[in-house]
Amino acid sequence: MAALWRSLRLVAPMWNRSTRGIHHLGGAVDPESNQKKRRTMLQYLSDYFYDVEFLRGYFFQNEMVKVHQKNRSFAYLGETYGPNNAGAFFILKQGGAVKFRDKEWIRPDKYGHFSQEFWNFSEVPVEAVDASDCAINYEGLENLHLLKELQSLSLQRCPHVDDWCLSRLYPLADSLQELSLAGCPRISERGLGCLYHLQNLRWLDISDLPSVSNPGLTQILVEEMLPNCNVVGVNLAEGLKIGPEEQPRDTDRPVPA
Amino acid sequence: MLPRVLSLGVRRGRFTRRPGTLRGGFSLDWEEKLSEIKKKIQSALPGTSLLPLYDSSHLPPDHADVVIIGGGVLGLSVAYWLKKLEKQRGALRVLVVERDLTYSRASSALSLGGIHQQFSLPENIQLSLFSASFLRNINEHLAVVDAPPLDLQFNPLGYLWLASEKNAAAMENNVKMQRQEGAKVCLMSPDQLRNKFPWINTEGVALASYGMEDEGWFDPWCLLQGLRRKVQSMGVVFCQGEVTRFVSSSSHMMTKNQKEVKLKRIYEVHVKMDNSLEYQPVECSIVINAAGAWSAQVAALAGIGKGPPDTLQGTKLPVEPRKRYVYVWHCPQGPGLESPLVADTSGTYFRREGLGSNYLGGRSPTEEEEPDPGNLEVDHDFFQDKVWPHLAQRVPAFETLKVQNAWAGYYDYNTFDQNGVVGPHPLVVNMFFATGFSGHGLQQAPGVGRAVAEMIVEGRFQTINLDSFLFSRFYLEEKIQEDNII
Repeated sequence: MAALWRSLRLVAPMWNRSTRGIHHLGGAVDPESNQKKRRTMLQYLSDYFYDVEFLRGYFFQNEMVKVHQKNRSFAYLGETYGPNNAGAFFILKQGGAVKFRDKEWIRPDKYGHFSQEFWNFSEVPVEAVDASDCAINYEGLENLHLLKELQSLSLQRCPHVDDWCLSRLYPLADSLQELSLAGCPRISERGLGCLYHLQNLRWLDISDLPSVSNPGLTQILVEEMLPNCNVVGVNLAEGLKIGPEEQPRDTDRPVPA
Repeated sequence: MLPRVLSLGVRRGRFTRRPGTLRGGFSLDWEEKLSEIKKKIQSALPGTSLLPLYDSSHLPPDHADVVIIGGGVLGLSVAYWLKKLEKQRGALRVLVVERDLTYSRASSALSLGGIHQQFSLPENIQLSLFSASFLRNINEHLAVVDAPPLDLQFNPLGYLWLASEKNAAAMENNVKMQRQEGAKVCLMSPDQLRNKFPWINTEGVALASYGMEDEGWFDPWCLLQGLRRKVQSMGVVFCQGEVTRFVSSSSHMMTKNQKEVKLKRIYEVHVKMDNSLEYQPVECSIVINAAGAWSAQVAALAGIGKGPPDTLQGTKLPVEPRKRYVYVWHCPQGPGLESPLVADTSGTYFRREGLGSNYLGGRSPTEEEEPDPGNLEVDHDFFQDKVWPHLAQRVPAFETLKVQNAWAGYYDYNTFDQNGVVGPHPLVVNMFFATGFSGHGLQQAPGVGRAVAEMIVEGRFQTINLDSFLFSRFYLEEKIQEDNII
């Protein structure tokens, strides 16, 4: 169903840095490219009919409301079932996986169902969270603050995690040791400065961040910022070419007479 | 048949070829006829411009419900919220008049773009918190169909305010109040500060407050263009021109104490085009003064301040332009990627810019050192004498640096209490102010825009109560001083 909506292109592709988004600028921003761009039927209709434009805007707002609904606050569950269970429920509902201490990983299946036995755990802390590909955003990260003893967090390829979200990770500084941000399209080098607060971090994955302008330099600066952490993900030799081998000039040899 | 037609044509030609020279004194006065026809059409169909005999596309429309003077970030924010909060689609016809559409001297475009919640007034904190959440969700608020999403280039690293011995108690009280309002600020002692940021020299620092969330800096030009794009898609009309005159009607009323009060209502705004004498009178019902550093001139046009001193009629709008410099320097050994915007005890501030060890910063001059706001020329000696020594004292790595660039911009400085003026004027009843924010206008623009729109659409402030920011405080001498101003 989602694929069908996407193919109709009712919603402009916002969160991926595809060339289509860059070349098809709005008229107010770049008038010259207006003539050159290939417009789809839907865009043509939107330019001429207010109704189509309004409908597309309405569908977009609906998508946003859905994301906000997914990231509502689950703190009220913390009073009855304990903060760890409430946070775990939030992650599982989003489609992520949770690992309690000394227990196995709990993952939802492809229909979104997951085992409900964790409600019976009392005071068992959550050790690891795998929120890859989840629609978690700034408001949802507040729910993660319920997990006071989280050691490993994986936010790979989350489409709504951006620089603002990274500034919300500091309450986990005491316990967080592993963090993975690989593939998040909206994280840039500006947000990575916030990771300075996570002084207990031992492993950080910042590979494949498309919005970071200079990955090699960013990795060096992040390594300087977090000296006890193993920062992985960027191949520093990427983009460097080995030039032709120069003959070393031997200055010790006397000039032949 | 043919000769008859030809003779008819010839006869008509004789009549119309030289209109003013026919015998009998009959002359066709085109100008008078034209104005008569225009009046007839306008009385029959008010609001149309059915006479395209000359190109008037550069002129603003004849009628507008709200005229916003000033197209900077505050003016555009008011336009956006007016269109968002209007009761029906298209209920309010909004016109934004901007003198310089290249924004070459606008404070919004030249701003450093910082946002923080560490103020000493609860209203300021609320405005900043709302603005932060607006900027965070900017791609929902300012979404335009088929336009690329906005990249604000927000840097969430926070502000670090340093306080000396004499300011430490005030800072502690302020931080307590900021925490109550919902800002996430933490206090640090000099030892903690040295642990956290080893490149700071903590001599003379008694306390530091560090904003952890919702604070940082962003690209103001992107916000400006995003607002402009969204506001144009919502149907707001832009016009390049300068407001030269207000035509108002007045009514005389008596107060309870039998004193006479003259209330004015502006009903026409004359917008003059650039480099010409042509002007267009725009009939309007509400005027919003968001002219930034030049708000006082606009207010004077409406007669605000024309009266005996120490009366309400004689109270001028105390906003004047103040020039501030920003310098860009390169320092290879400077603070790392994690450094926040540091505001020193001496008023000097700096922040890191990008990956290449470049830093931006400056200092607000004292009252005696105020530069002349006539132009935007940069004084490099100011950096050498007044900024660099403080920088080098606070961060020893800054002893070796090289200035790459510098620019100057205006603060719309409120000489009364350095806080904004929001809301209607008590005597000119339909002029609303949204100006005078003295350097923190950009970070409060979304909140202030919403407040002014609420005032216009609903009649009172609904979400954030800005009653203490009204104009009447200048006459009643009620200062609401803001201490944490850079």
